[in-house]
Amino acid sequence: MSEQVKFTIDGKACKTQKGTNLVEAAKENGIYIPVLCHLEGIKPAGSCRICNVKVNGRFMTACTTEVSDGMVIENITPEIQELRKIIVETLFVSGNHFCPACEKSGNCELQALGYRYQMMVPRFPYEFEEKEVDATSQKFYIDRNRCVLCKRCVRSVKTKDGKSIFAILGRGHQAVINIDHELANQLSDEEAQEVMNTCPVGSILKKERGYVDPIGSRKYDNKPIGSEIEQITNL
Amino acid sequence: MSKPIVATTSLAGCFGCHMSLLDIDDRILQLIDLVDFNKSPVDDIKEFTEMCDIGLIEGGCCNSENVHVLKDFRKNCKVLVSVGECAIMGGLPALRNNIPIKECLEEAYLNGPSTKNANPERIMPNNEELPIILDKVYPCHEIVKIDYYLPGCPPRADLIWNALIALVTGDELKLPYEVVKFD
Amino acid sequence: MNSQVQIAVEKYGKDASRLMDMFHHLMHEKGFVDDEDLNQMAEALDISKVDAEQTLSYYHFFNKKSRGKFSIYLNNSLVSQMMGRAEIAEAFEKATATEFGKVSADGMFGLFNTSCIGMNDQEPAAIINGVVFPKITTYRVRELIREFRAGKTAPEMINSYGGGQNQSSLVQAMVTNNLNRRGSVIFADYTPGEALKKLPNMKSRDIIEEVKNSNLRGRGGAGFPVGLKWDFCTKSPSEDRYLLCNADEGEPGTFKDRVILTETPHLLFEGMIIAGYAIGAKEGILYLRLEYEYLEKLLESVLDNFRKKGLLGKNVLGIEGFNFDIRIQFGAGAYVCGEESALIESCEGKRGEPRNRPPFPVQVGYLNKPTVVNNVETLCSVVKIILNGAEWYKSMGTKESSGTKLLSISGDVKYPGVFEIEWGMTIHEMLEMSGAMHPKAVQVGGPSGRLIAENEFERTICYEDLPTGGAMIVLGQNRNILEVALNFTEFFIEESCGSCAPCRYLTVILRNKLKKIMDGKGVAKDIDDLVHWGQQMKKANRCGLGQTAANPILTSIENFKQDYMTKIEKGKEFDTKFNLEAAIQESSRAVGRFPQTY
Ligand SMILES: Cc1cc2nc3c(=O)[nH]c(=O)nc-3n(C[C@H](O)[C@H](O)[C@H](O)COP(=O)(O)O)c2cc1C
Ligand code: SF4
Ligand code: SF4
Ligand code: SF4
Ligand code: FES
Repeated sequence: MSEQVKFTIDGKACKTQKGTNLVEAAKENGIYIPVLCHLEGIKPAGSCRICNVKVNGRFMTACTTEVSDGMVIENITPEIQELRKIIVETLFVSGNHFCPACEKSGNCELQALGYRYQMMVPRFPYEFEEKEVDATSQKFYIDRNRCVLCKRCVRSVKTKDGKSIFAILGRGHQAVINIDHELANQLSDEEAQEVMNTCPVGSILKKERGYVDPIGSRKYDNKPIGSEIEQITNL
Repeated sequence: MSKPIVATTSLAGCFGCHMSLLDIDDRILQLIDLVDFNKSPVDDIKEFTEMCDIGLIEGGCCNSENVHVLKDFRKNCKVLVSVGECAIMGGLPALRNNIPIKECLEEAYLNGPSTKNANPERIMPNNEELPIILDKVYPCHEIVKIDYYLPGCPPRADLIWNALIALVTGDELKLPYEVVKFD
Repeated sequence: MNSQVQIAVEKYGKDASRLMDMFHHLMHEKGFVDDEDLNQMAEALDISKVDAEQTLSYYHFFNKKSRGKFSIYLNNSLVSQMMGRAEIAEAFEKATATEFGKVSADGMFGLFNTSCIGMNDQEPAAIINGVVFPKITTYRVRELIREFRAGKTAPEMINSYGGGQNQSSLVQAMVTNNLNRRGSVIFADYTPGEALKKLPNMKSRDIIEEVKNSNLRGRGGAGFPVGLKWDFCTKSPSEDRYLLCNADEGEPGTFKDRVILTETPHLLFEGMIIAGYAIGAKEGILYLRLEYEYLEKLLESVLDNFRKKGLLGKNVLGIEGFNFDIRIQFGAGAYVCGEESALIESCEGKRGEPRNRPPFPVQVGYLNKPTVVNNVETLCSVVKIILNGAEWYKSMGTKESSGTKLLSISGDVKYPGVFEIEWGMTIHEMLEMSGAMHPKAVQVGGPSGRLIAENEFERTICYEDLPTGGAMIVLGQNRNILEVALNFTEFFIEESCGSCAPCRYLTVILRNKLKKIMDGKGVAKDIDDLVHWGQQMKKANRCGLGQTAANPILTSIENFKQDYMTKIEKGKEFDTKFNLEAAIQESSRAVGRFPQTY
């Protein structure tokens, strides 16, 4: 049996198994730490930085940090919430997010974070930098203008013999997702749907699918992201 | 005390936001009790006749006339509200922002399916009377100072209603989760 | 299979972790690595093509298309700019009839910008086909291009040798050392091999203790206690350990490691052997930035000599079971690869993206084994500590900063170059020492450090007051502080690995806002925004690059707010960059209409 550890989040006493990462440890204790790049079950990337919390007074990304005994974690403070809001707004202007024309709208995690942090408008100017849309693959297309470079696809989508189908191309603000079309075309329909579900935003979309859920019944239409873990109280 | 005065306009928008305003249904009667309208398509007043309290802007700026009207609103309204995605971030018209303007115009007037054979002289409208298209569609707050934003495409009627009431009465603005949406 | 791909792949044992070396091989042979090469490599290495390409596309000096028979990389660091880069760039463009970022129509010349190449004391400088051309004048530009056209090669255009080893037959570079001040540690007289003689009589524990006692701290910038790091490494259970020497020297304004590598490479390799022995490493890797490729022959010959003398290889120095060799790993133009975990990734043939920590490299490092990464200067200092003892070392410097420090001083000074000083010198003294000319500000520690004004010139250079990796850029009275902040911010934008959302794009937002102010479109709130947004960078990002990327803006606002305020019209509350005249240009042209506003 693995060891139990005790820690606090915003003063609330919590416990979990040793070795759990902070996002999941918080979840077990009914506390929501926002994530975007993190996906349970795959190696954390620590790239979106949304899950920043303060651990014993220092900023750390919760998804990449294992909880240890006696940790003092701050999650909801004005400083941290402001940082998260700024990250969400940065992501909105770093791409081209025309939600009304996006099939993911209503089920999109970035958009949901925008709602959760009550973004009425990003405080940063839009630059409308254009990135390429690639529809070469048979099963899905990728609109890089919506990609948040969370690397979920890079980390989780592999062929049976472990080769990458997605990888990063370039670096810095010019980095984009690159697809190995040959390998991608070998995916089954179900796998392609899985790939689309992996993407938190409307960057990877399955072809011939379109808008399926009517407005009002989509994932984040009525309930904020995270409300399955914690009722929204104090944003 | 006189009633607060509201002005509205649609720039590069589709009038959907105005429709959504009308979607407040019978509350429109309450609204008319609460405010007077000045320049607005709702009452067809074409020019400002007095200083207004609230200006509601639908649509972003895609041409020189939009810029002119927007600046006119800024001058004549104490509070300006960007209503809807187009006003806030250009919206659908801004999908053209990454296409060179020349290509857009050629597609519209020379090569598009409805103009290809109908414009043998290959004319692109260039009369000096016409407004000029801008290099891209601009969100309103990148041209004048905007005080509030109501997202949505269109913003839910309840959002517009809640916001108007809050502005008029000075009460706290209530934003239930369901009413703030970007689509 | 294309024969060059085959050679490259086989030369490195079909080991995908040597991808960098395979690419270097192809770059040398063909000048590019195209889709066809990538496909074949992927197949031979049993990885997907996109994986191979993600490494390739990460590095500035790798490319898929030819960058011209002559690839000209002109430094665009701040000091290069200060020393007249603009004029040189223009001369290159004119002479080659090409723009920066492009290759001339005949495929002869490619013109590219590049981040600081470690020649700040001899700017403007460029690298052409691997040859460093320092102190370029417009006359020289025209001469070079004329001669290249007439059939000369880049090495044939070397017309002088810099001093010291730069003139040795193994180097033959025009680069000068400008070693303006030798101190008592790194550049003191030394008989090669002296310190190593002590090794057979010392246990690795003794070495770690001696280094711990010396209080030596890392010279790469972060200042982590060296003995402690080694200690941590030996305490991580593992069969294999690695020692990596960080010679990436990418911080704009630093060039001291270059001078060490040129003048006392044996000292560095001795330091690597000592460190390797102390931590029980089986291999050492010198991670060398590609900009210093011209030193390769020299360094390899020193290594060969060491091997001949039994200082590398099996049972080094006759110590039974101490098997240790050193290989050189070239980078390919990525500043962030100087960050230790990114450096490890790069050595493994991947994109040089910093890792999440913990675990730290001393726990999980190169090939997932415990690894120590140390700076060039750090490892050289170790040699002298072992030779002369910790007490001797501690007798120099200040209480918390023992020993000496190499400063790379450049900018508005009469004597730019490398100075070995004892810790504890004031900025004021430093300015006097280097012949500063009407200094207004000093950039301490390069762009990731601090921009300080005269009121801080009495502060002392040491860990307890003004810590620094050694880059000191002096700015004279007439320098434009906002231009400085802009150059540095653009450097960070260029060099961000792109992993963290704020580092990737908030820097771009900050740059655009700064430009808005510089264009006279700023309002007072813009300055507040810069500060507030900039402060998030420190909190939000994974590695030192992103955490310090707003420092140029933040510290310049802190110390030179007036320079910002003068760009702002008093009382103006709102201004965007929007300009109606400019916005209607394009469409007026498209429809053939005289531009006029509504
Ligand atoms: C963006 C970035 C760039 C760095 N570049 C270098 C470098 O070029 N050389 C170096 O020695 N250390 C560099 N460092 C510091 C290294 O991460 C590491 O601390 C150092 O190599 C450890 O050696 P030391 O303890 O001997 O200084 C860099 C750090 C960051 C965050
Ligand atoms: S990806 Fe999300 S945020 Fe972006 S446009 Fe689509 S729904 Fe909106
Ligand atoms: S395509 Fe989707 S899953 Fe892949 S990095 Fe972009 S946002 Fe993430
Ligand atoms: S801070 Fe910047 S350079 Fe460092 S890991 Fe993050 S994105 Fe990469
Ligand atoms: S969720 Fe942790 S960094 Fe993205």
